[in-house]
Amino acid sequence: MKKQKIYLDHNATTPLHPEVKKAMHQAMDAFGNPSSLHGFGREVAQLVLQARQEVASLLGAKADEIIFAGSGSEANNTVLNMVACSSQHCCSFKKDGQTKIVTTKIEHPCVLESARCLRDRGVEVIFLDVDGYGKVDMVQFEKVVVPGVSIVSVMMANNEIGTIQDIKMMSQLAHKAGAFFHTDAVQAVGKIPVDVKELDVDFLTLSGHKIYGPKGIAALYSRKGIPFCPFIRGGHQELGRRAGTENTLGIIGLGKAIEMRKKEMVSEAKRLKQLKKILQEGIAQKIPDIRFNGHPEDCLAGTLNVSFKGAEGEAILLYLDMEGLAVSTGSACASGSLDPSHVLLSTGISAELAHGSIRMSLGRSTTLVEITYVLDVLPRVIDKVRKMSTAY
Amino acid sequence: MEQNWVYTEKVKEHFMHPKNVLKEGEDFQADGEGSVGNVKCGDQMNMYIKVDSKKQVITDCRWRTYGCASAIASTSVLSEMIKGMSLRQALVLSPQDIMKKLGSLPEHKIHCSVLGDKALRAAVNDYYERNGMVDKIKKEEAKIICQCMNITDEEIAHAVLEGARSYYELQERTKLGTVCGQCRGEAEKLLAEYLKKYFE
Repeated sequence: MKKQKIYLDHNATTPLHPEVKKAMHQAMDAFGNPSSLHGFGREVAQLVLQARQEVASLLGAKADEIIFAGSGSEANNTVLNMVACSSQHCCSFKKDGQTKIVTTKIEHPCVLESARCLRDRGVEVIFLDVDGYGKVDMVQFEKVVVPGVSIVSVMMANNEIGTIQDIKMMSQLAHKAGAFFHTDAVQAVGKIPVDVKELDVDFLTLSGHKIYGPKGIAALYSRKGIPFCPFIRGGHQELGRRAGTENTLGIIGLGKAIEMRKKEMVSEAKRLKQLKKILQEGIAQKIPDIRFNGHPEDCLAGTLNVSFKGAEGEAILLYLDMEGLAVSTGSACASGSLDPSHVLLSTGISAELAHGSIRMSLGRSTTLVEITYVLDVLPRVIDKVRKMSTAY
Repeated sequence: MEQNWVYTEKVKEHFMHPKNVLKEGEDFQADGEGSVGNVKCGDQMNMYIKVDSKKQVITDCRWRTYGCASAIASTSVLSEMIKGMSLRQALVLSPQDIMKKLGSLPEHKIHCSVLGDKALRAAVNDYYERNGMVDKIKKEEAKIICQCMNITDEEIAHAVLEGARSYYELQERTKLGTVCGQCRGEAEKLLAEYLKKYFE
């Protein structure tokens, strides 16, 4: 088969949707500051409002419950750092003078690092375990989410293994205990139905570039009436909740991306599920000594994470790259750190299998022809790496 | 997609077409074998050498590596370098010698080439042991620097290779000197020594 260029890393980022590109291109000259009262400003303010309404309507929220931020990481940092605020005026996260956060071991580093930093600053933090599929241990959840907890933060769908959590069950238990609930839904929004009322969450994070929107733009839902403490201060923008002149082009792009997700999400999820099934069955059939990571059912339609015994992930990734195939790995070698994926290790697999893991994330552009090509290339690459290996 | 590769052309060449890999079922009668590293940590290397016993020269070699692209490439380039090399030379071959041949490696990848020279030394030592030349074996004994936390000079070298650049960063990575603090002087000296050895 002819060498191709295939992108199977949609969980890392996605290309712009053609409609998003068009919308941003059209808005390119609308340079006004939405805070300005004159016509230039009002024109852009209107576009920003439309985007806000678009985001809100996808989530079943109101427009004034949506705040735009610079990235999913910023939005997540905002939420976690709120609890460390000790001001009596803007925040009420302290319980009897204490603050306590419950989160999980498989969160994105922006949540984990924020939580660790808060721990160093005296906040009590509990990192929940997950089972072999990456699902939060609910027995432990119920044990630790008790009165006295300020906020619970659990990601809705995991970026590495695709496992989807039972957010509704958790948010209700959190509320029963008097805690606020945040979910990092960066990987979930636009891929599975996400309704903030249905899920009963207080905060929710989403990001533009994971759903064919531009980079550098994200949104944070915060339920009306609950405390909010800005992370970036010094301006009235975003209802005083996030200072700084708006990334207007980014916001317009995000709005369009969301609009397109509404139209395409259901049919695309169905298509990707089918393609993933073909890919997964093909791998299982053609390559011995493998392990699929993540939940067999409660998993993002386009995410497939697989470990190859005796083959190191970065080597696999770079050989695939040479064949025009873009994937990612949970190997330590690729991250520049000593440890392989914290997510995979949390599911209880060995360090060796974590080093030998590859994530393929399918998306809008993925075709059956591409999947067939992967099934042609991948077995050869794995065989090559294993033949050089000390461990196979 | 081939442009702007993370590694040099030389690394890429050896990664794509590794030389002297021990093939499946190949009957390679090694006179010495060495294995270093750990699959758990993400890299492991086996080195097999044939030795001309009269000249004490390495005549041929094979290897296997579990690891990333730079581990594969550095073992491959090493296997080319050592053919015809005397055992004495092989024992003192340094990671820099391998890196020089490779062009360069990203900083956090240098530990991969450190494994290569260690695997070679282990193979040479194995040859000496098999042939009753134990007096020639070059022992790599780790020396404990921090008595309280039981941290060795080897661990300090490893921390430096992984990115520790200051005493504080060394402490963060190894927890050395966090109890009585008496080893600080010696640790700082080693830190400077390893920084010079690996990164200058």
